[in-house]
Amino acid sequence: MDLRITSHPILAPLPEPSVPFTFNDRACLGRPGEMISSALYAAGVHVFGHHPRDNGAQGIFCVNGQCSQCMVLADGVPVKACMTPVTPGMRVMPCEGLPALPDVTPPASHPAPRFDETSVTVLIVGGGPAGMCAAVELGRLGIDVLLIDDKAELGGKLTLQTHNFFGSVKDCYAGVRGIDIARILGDEIAALPSVHVWREAAGVGVYSDGAFGIVHGGRFRVVRPAQVLIATGARERTLPFPGSDLPGVYGAGAFQTLVNRDLVRASRRLFVVGGGNVGLITAYHALQAGIEVAAVVEALPACGGYKVHQDKILRLGIPVLTSHSIVRAEGTEHVSSVVAARVDADFRPIPGTERRWDVDTVLVAVGLSPVDELATKAREYGIPTWSAGDAREIAEASAAIFSGKIAGRKIARELGILIDIPVDWEPLEEILKSRPGATHEITQQDRGGRVFPIFFCDQEIPCNPCVDACPLHSIQIPGTIMDLPVFEGKCSGCGKCVLACPGLAVSLVFEDPDKTADTAVVMLAFEFDAARIPAGGQVITTDRHGRLLGSGTVLEVRDKKNQDRRKLVRLRVPAAEKLEVAGFLVADPDFGRPLQGDCECGDPAQCDPVVCLCERVRRSEILAEIEAGVRDMNLLKATLRTGMGACGGKNCTEPILRLYRSAGVKTEEVTPPTFRPLTAEVRLDAFLEEER
Amino acid sequence: MNEKNTYDVIVVGAGSVGTPAAMFLAAEGLRVLLLEGYASPGQGSNKAAIGGVRATHSDPAKILLCQKSLEVFTTWEERTGVDVGWKPGGYCFPVYTRGLQDQLQGILPMQKKFGLDIDWLDADAIAEVVPGIERRGLLGGTLSPRDGQVSTLKASVAFQREGQRLGVDLHVKEPVVGYAVRDGRIEGVRTEKNLYFAPRVVIATGADAIAHGRMLNTHFPVTPDSHEAGISAPVKPFLPPLVVDMHEGPEGKTANFYFGQVHSGQIIFCYTPKKAFLGHNRENLSEFLPVLASRLTTLIPHLRNLLIRRTWRGLYPMTPDGRPILDWVPGAEGALAAVGMCGQGFMLGPGVAAQVTSMIMGRPGILPPEILSTLSLSRDFGATASEALA
Repeated sequence: MDLRITSHPILAPLPEPSVPFTFNDRACLGRPGEMISSALYAAGVHVFGHHPRDNGAQGIFCVNGQCSQCMVLADGVPVKACMTPVTPGMRVMPCEGLPALPDVTPPASHPAPRFDETSVTVLIVGGGPAGMCAAVELGRLGIDVLLIDDKAELGGKLTLQTHNFFGSVKDCYAGVRGIDIARILGDEIAALPSVHVWREAAGVGVYSDGAFGIVHGGRFRVVRPAQVLIATGARERTLPFPGSDLPGVYGAGAFQTLVNRDLVRASRRLFVVGGGNVGLITAYHALQAGIEVAAVVEALPACGGYKVHQDKILRLGIPVLTSHSIVRAEGTEHVSSVVAARVDADFRPIPGTERRWDVDTVLVAVGLSPVDELATKAREYGIPTWSAGDAREIAEASAAIFSGKIAGRKIARELGILIDIPVDWEPLEEILKSRPGATHEITQQDRGGRVFPIFFCDQEIPCNPCVDACPLHSIQIPGTIMDLPVFEGKCSGCGKCVLACPGLAVSLVFEDPDKTADTAVVMLAFEFDAARIPAGGQVITTDRHGRLLGSGTVLEVRDKKNQDRRKLVRLRVPAAEKLEVAGFLVADPDFGRPLQGDCECGDPAQCDPVVCLCERVRRSEILAEIEAGVRDMNLLKATLRTGMGACGGKNCTEPILRLYRSAGVKTEEVTPPTFRPLTAEVRLDAFLEEER
Repeated sequence: MNEKNTYDVIVVGAGSVGTPAAMFLAAEGLRVLLLEGYASPGQGSNKAAIGGVRATHSDPAKILLCQKSLEVFTTWEERTGVDVGWKPGGYCFPVYTRGLQDQLQGILPMQKKFGLDIDWLDADAIAEVVPGIERRGLLGGTLSPRDGQVSTLKASVAFQREGQRLGVDLHVKEPVVGYAVRDGRIEGVRTEKNLYFAPRVVIATGADAIAHGRMLNTHFPVTPDSHEAGISAPVKPFLPPLVVDMHEGPEGKTANFYFGQVHSGQIIFCYTPKKAFLGHNRENLSEFLPVLASRLTTLIPHLRNLLIRRTWRGLYPMTPDGRPILDWVPGAEGALAAVGMCGQGFMLGPGVAAQVTSMIMGRPGILPPEILSTLSLSRDFGATASEALA
């Protein structure tokens, strides 16, 4: 079995698997440099071991080096599968219970402590959009910068974003794909001599002696910065529900890493929990990778993500069920089905509305939290500290770009360099950060003539690539970039606006070339393999909200080099539908099947969600402590070990605070847990000075 | 004065000493108030301790107190059904120098006189007890198999909850800001929220002893210094004893270091800095893990593959002679100081708590008077040499 993606509408293929390794003595092949977790998923392996406390199956969770759910034994040594590349002949074994301490032959010399200190003017922790943009600003001024990132490539989450960005063309690469923005910024940084980059370098602690502890290439290094910018991004919020501990339940970002970075078909069919931008985009990415998406559920009455993202997947045939929430994930050792239900105003499932979908994966996309532990400690220790991007405030990547630029300039000024921060930068950052505004009811206008555009863009979001795209300057956005586009003037039918719109929310309506009055031709954007269009070219058309319209006939799939991997599909449709056709199905809508009665597994323990994954602590145990009067999360650590595991409470702290609130205890009555280094586990030999 | 705020005894500080003391006092049928400044018990240096418990000291008072502690810890689960993470396996002091061999062998007769189970083992025997230990230069060492390790977190919770079951009134987030003394007698304590009255007050304030002494117009010669500790991810049990390496480190920063594998599999470790970090600072330092890594892997090379999870610092409330202070406070009759545990508060805790209870109850305790007097506040702190195994 090889579940790798060999053909993708956006992403270039990766090298063939050529690295032989074994898992549980079974022969596998990895791509050069591929992480063990991705190679195992490509081999169809989802269970990486079992937890010592209750023998619960474990697999991937964050795919970001932040938890230790994916622990395996690589040549006898416990490692995080998501951060450790396969090497030729590596013997990977599942981690069953507690691993034995590896018995290795040590070097002959006595290991000395490693005191490796570097002083820098500016340390930037995190090489995503915010960190890179700050590095560019500082580097252009010749300021000594050390930019560290824990991955092999700079870009952060940009490297996973195959879609075109919203925002402002002039200011933050709107209309460009995230993966390409990462490359552009990377090239810029490479050309700046004062910016030094440490890849595979993770900040693991801040110390009261003013030092940052960084593990770089497996070695502990101490960096003493004059100024530090924390641009560590966000982590995905967790949502404990029955079965949420099963392998196959993980974050949307983790999924994007497997699929978009490592080109692994991580799932056959998945279910998305959360209708924010991350959930909606991930559903789209999954479809592009040939993975079926059963449905997206959102507990609120409306999705929080951009409507164009929601409409985009509705048009393709994926149900987006609002006022719906996941009830449980089901399966033995791995997800095999999921149950979701309509919820009432208090987000409680309404009995009798449960439906079941057969899926192998549940993606949790219920929001992000800033990764701000290092920033908090650094400020506490009096280190001049700045934050940018999601580490400062959760927002779109375009806002992070701006946030980084502004932080870069501010740091430069702090260092005594006279440089302006243009007056429009901060207002623009605010606009880019803003939540979607009002949705407008728009009536499409038949403008007649040979060709005219239709904008399905009905919600105020910060975006303007269509304006620059039109060579005849017929598209305007009158006020701020939040406003909706207005078409006035001529249309040549060139399709550039269709290609440019990040939301895929523009079509062109042409007279039928055959001059028949009862049909018209529409031109739509399409970002899938042409093979997804049925033979004979008959497709089922949908309006902008995904409602079925009728059928259309594909006349042409235009796929030219200058189209940036976006196809233009010309479709013959009935003239009566020409203003409405916004897309066509590539998936069969699946609304699940009703189920009767209660949980069928008969094991009440399964209905008690695991809240702390590291220590496998269940909801009922935490509620019992809350009931017993525990108000100090440090005492919970002592009684239940919540937050004492590998992740250090990064994942369970928020769900536990939610449990407190559900039990009627206000957050301000609860004493938060103390955070200590290290932020991720580090091998002891990283702290030794020795030849390797 | 109202009934509600009046107690038989008030214990100030719910740490390693105060929490079990409140419990023992409640078991005597006394109405007990336990006051704590943090949000829950054990949040000072208790939770920072690595949990080793040994009776094999060189000081008679510590020996007797820790024998009592061991009795409490080792029988806790069978008496209450609650696990405190007791792990037998003893303390092992491996030896690589003649000087240390002479020193440790020199105190063996005295330790045996107190009935302590401790012996000198040759290098082969030590290598069996401490698998993977560096054999080059190993001369042997001592092993005291009846000592062991306890989870400081579990023990604190166990003492707190047993105390509350017995009627201890626990008030958290309520630091004591003053003591009420009239006509040379203690009458109660003042917190930011309230006044509480009792004819007996136990001062178990750990590293904050000096401040409380000042409030009582006396001086407790207790100076905290900070020790950093850490813990690994758990591995399969392989290391029975808690290991104390008394040698100074070649890096010039460590006087000695010690580590053990706790009941749940993690390796927990700490070192004694050659130059003490004085004061209340509990924040981490960047040099700790490099220094510790060198010492751990020098002693047991295959520890190099441990995954290190977390580090923290705790305070050693040191007295000049390395012995605790356990005495009535002059000028405040009824106030009993149990402070200056010198970094051994956790292992001394239940024993000190038992002795405190005897003193409050006015009956003979574990410590005979001549030994109790070695812990008195009026002793000459400079007269005796520091304890050999402090």
